[in-house]
Amino acid sequence: MRQSSLIDIISPVMVGPSSSHTAGAVRLGLLARNVYDAKPEKVIFKLYNSYAKTGKGHGTDKGLLAGVLGLPVDDVRIKDIFNSEEAKNIQYEFEYLEDFNRHPNAVDFIFEGDFNLFIAGDSIGAGEVVIRKINDFTVKLAGKYDTLILVYKDLPGMISRVTKLIQDENINIASLHCDRTSKGDKASMCICLDGKLDENILKQVEQIPDMYMVRYVKKLES
Amino acid sequence: MEKRIISTFRQLYYECKEGGKTIYEVAQEREADLNDISVAEVRKIVKKSLDAMKEAIKNGLKSQELSRSGLCGNDCVKLLKRFGSNKALFGTTFEKITTYALATSEENARMGKIVACPTAGSCAIVPSVLISVSEDCNINEEEQLNALITAGEIGRIISNKVALAGAVAGCQAECGVASAMAAGALTQMRGGSMKQILNAVALAMKNLLGLTCDPVCGLVEIPCVKRNPFLAVHAVTASELALADIQSKIPLDEVIDTLEQTGKLMSPTLKESSEAGLAKTKTAILLEKNILK
Repeated sequence: MRQSSLIDIISPVMVGPSSSHTAGAVRLGLLARNVYDAKPEKVIFKLYNSYAKTGKGHGTDKGLLAGVLGLPVDDVRIKDIFNSEEAKNIQYEFEYLEDFNRHPNAVDFIFEGDFNLFIAGDSIGAGEVVIRKINDFTVKLAGKYDTLILVYKDLPGMISRVTKLIQDENINIASLHCDRTSKGDKASMCICLDGKLDENILKQVEQIPDMYMVRYVKKLES
Repeated sequence: MEKRIISTFRQLYYECKEGGKTIYEVAQEREADLNDISVAEVRKIVKKSLDAMKEAIKNGLKSQELSRSGLCGNDCVKLLKRFGSNKALFGTTFEKITTYALATSEENARMGKIVACPTAGSCAIVPSVLISVSEDCNINEEEQLNALITAGEIGRIISNKVALAGAVAGCQAECGVASAMAAGALTQMRGGSMKQILNAVALAMKNLLGLTCDPVCGLVEIPCVKRNPFLAVHAVTASELALADIQSKIPLDEVIDTLEQTGKLMSPTLKESSEAGLAKTKTAILLEKNILK
């Protein structure tokens, strides 16, 4: 049985009113920001189902934008984020949709800027969140671990090349999730780590031939 | 050595008994082990939550600001006014518990800073009981932390069986569990034995089985905000009964199994989807038209 934490039950300190619709929204925004890892010119937020229907009353829109701008879940500025200085330096749009194939609290982020990126995630309850898609790739990024996300050419030996570098640092891998568009085409790896990788290792990962994208997403503060 | 897993109250009971330890001692040691930190660091994290709870009460007592929907935010001040001129039937601790609870849940509704305990919608129940009684009975900070750790451990063990979310198991799993956590924490604070603590949890939980989650307009406002003071007082009743050595005839783990079963049997229309219950009353539908535009 997976071990649970009592601290999770009596936290987080957060801005109300809803752990799933407010804190969860901020956390999704923070994770998406870390995955994009650049300054976007514009972000389009697509809110689905319950997020679309009751999001405004819960400040879901404010939470998502605040997260993308890097504010933590307990930042009282979230309430007035639309009038903040930070929000003036970015364009943003909200769309409200219904799609019963999606989670009740689902959101898409479309980042536009020097490059574009599509990120989809769900707020799965009690402030817990999961990013499930980055562009065409299925991932599982919950912000509970420092996570290495890679997109590369689907070739034999890519996984062992990457995990060798991690092993040499004596860091344990908590979970590993792979996906690909088709054989020999683009593939993705999502590696949750029990420790921290330093810059130097990330550079070595970037230098692996046929590596297209490397992102190191730090775990979220609880 | 293999880490010991405590996933039921029975396991917790024997772990405490064998080691001659209290619930909070076992809980904080296990938590330290899980996160690879010291017990002192665990308590420091818990203190951050405790301090934020006190801050939320302070802010909530001062504010009359309405929530974004305008449906709530100005009731705590009415309660304060009433108690200012008319003493509550049950004394000052009752006055504190109800006002602190309303202050916190209104603070949550107006996007103020609170502690999800276990959730944002049920955020006022544990703090209002814990902090009111600490003030009135001169309970020091270390003992407050012991009580909050006890509450967290109770919630954690329940969450092993049932996800603490209205969408999964109704309000019995949010405000219901919060009230059970508060009952256990209060019993710890008042010097209750481990058996008395576990009985307080069982008594509180049993009495809230079947509580649905039917929020008007889908917002954490009606009935959530006012439900918090009710279930805070409910926790005190459970604790008083348990301290008198009144036992739950159904053991706590079986009560939690019932919570899970009841959650599964509850219609999805009554689990945070706002498709039935208070959310579909004539008045709620009118409010929905006016608010969710």
